Amino acid sequence: MSEAEQSVSEADLHAWADGRLAEGRRAEVDAWLRAHPEEAERAAAYRALNEQLRAHFDPVLAEPVPERLQSAALRRRRWRAAAAIAGWLVLGAALGGVTGWQLHAQRAPAPLAQADTPVIARRAALAHATYAPEVRHAVEVGADQEPHLVAWLSKRLGAQVRAPRLEAEGMTLVGGRLLPRDPGPVAQFMYQSAPGRRVTLYVRTEGPDQRETAFRFAREGNVRVFYWIDRKFGYALSSADLDREELLKLANAVYQQLNP
Amino acid sequence: MSDAVSLIALIPRLRRYARALVGERAAADDLVQDTLERAWSKLHLYRHGTDLRAWLFTVMHNVHVNQVRASRPTTALEEEMPELVQRAVQGDALLVRDLERAIAALPAAQREVLLLVALEDLSYDETARVLGIPIGTVMSRLARAREKVRALMQGKGGSKLQVVK
Repeated sequence: MSEAEQSVSEADLHAWADGRLAEGRRAEVDAWLRAHPEEAERAAAYRALNEQLRAHFDPVLAEPVPERLQSAALRRRRWRAAAAIAGWLVLGAALGGVTGWQLHAQRAPAPLAQADTPVIARRAALAHATYAPEVRHAVEVGADQEPHLVAWLSKRLGAQVRAPRLEAEGMTLVGGRLLPRDPGPVAQFMYQSAPGRRVTLYVRTEGPDQRETAFRFAREGNVRVFYWIDRKFGYALSSADLDREELLKLANAVYQQLNP
Repeated sequence: MSDAVSLIALIPRLRRYARALVGERAAADDLVQDTLERAWSKLHLYRHGTDLRAWLFTVMHNVHVNQVRASRPTTALEEEMPELVQRAVQGDALLVRDLERAIAALPAAQREVLLLVALEDLSYDETARVLGIPIGTVMSRLARAREKVRALMQGKGGSKLQVVK
């Protein structure tokens, strides 16, 4: 029996399976496992279980977030705001400004013709905040299956949608997803620039009596949004990475592509 | 608020953990919703600069413990996860069912430890803090959970599972 054998504990086997051993120690445990096939099999089974769990439950990350959970995340008592800001500012720094959407709504410019129009900006910003940080599950259907993606979203929205091409603006399509919404579904297309800056285009259908609007700007936390209504669609272009001017330029490009 | 935005951004991860913890989708989302609501009311207890996700797991743990204590027996996973089974690669369907059953068969305290470590990739230390237990307890629960799952998944003949003591 070697010295290492004496010292390999049950905890070491778990740490080995979880990839939490320091490099030197890992080499020792590796050597010990080579000499102990039964224990090696057991440790390998533990490691395999980790992989199975992730493979099995990771798809939950890509599921659309139910609206009731978004609401629960937003709900708060106003009088707690000061304490909340004090406690959360550290995190907020990473995510941007401290302007709440409730606060923002009070500051918003003149009300629009359609009372619910700002809702599109808020929902688009939340959808952006939900999915844009995702590395592995940013979209449900990738750009490699664009025809399928567009056909699927068009079918679910009940109207022909298109994913604008934004390569000229330095943005390539990552893919898209379907979002839940009352009363009907919403499409989200995600674009990304070479340095990894992300923009999402939120597209929903509007009632026939909806008037067209000019571009409007809104801000939710650190997410900037340009939104507009054009014929039967409402659009919102959101980004936390682009400044207002860059986003406006992109919004123009989107608008022109969708209205050739 | 940016804090709301940070909460929103963590919802998918809370849902993943809750789904693995309680199995059924609606019940898991109920747990997430309760957790978010409780998080708002307990926000003053959140310590600056610490990991928000870990703190939310603690909140979820407390909510879950209270719910389990208050009522229902552990729900069986097998009939209640059609969505995930559908998503699984077909050839792995049997494995998936065995995995779900094996996890569901664990005592809740062991299941939490296993999921925080193996699925959520928390360190043993973080897991101990989230659950408010000593690290030695984390390691012993982890060992028991893994052995039990391994026994369940190995000890099966066909798709039938047997509890090996």
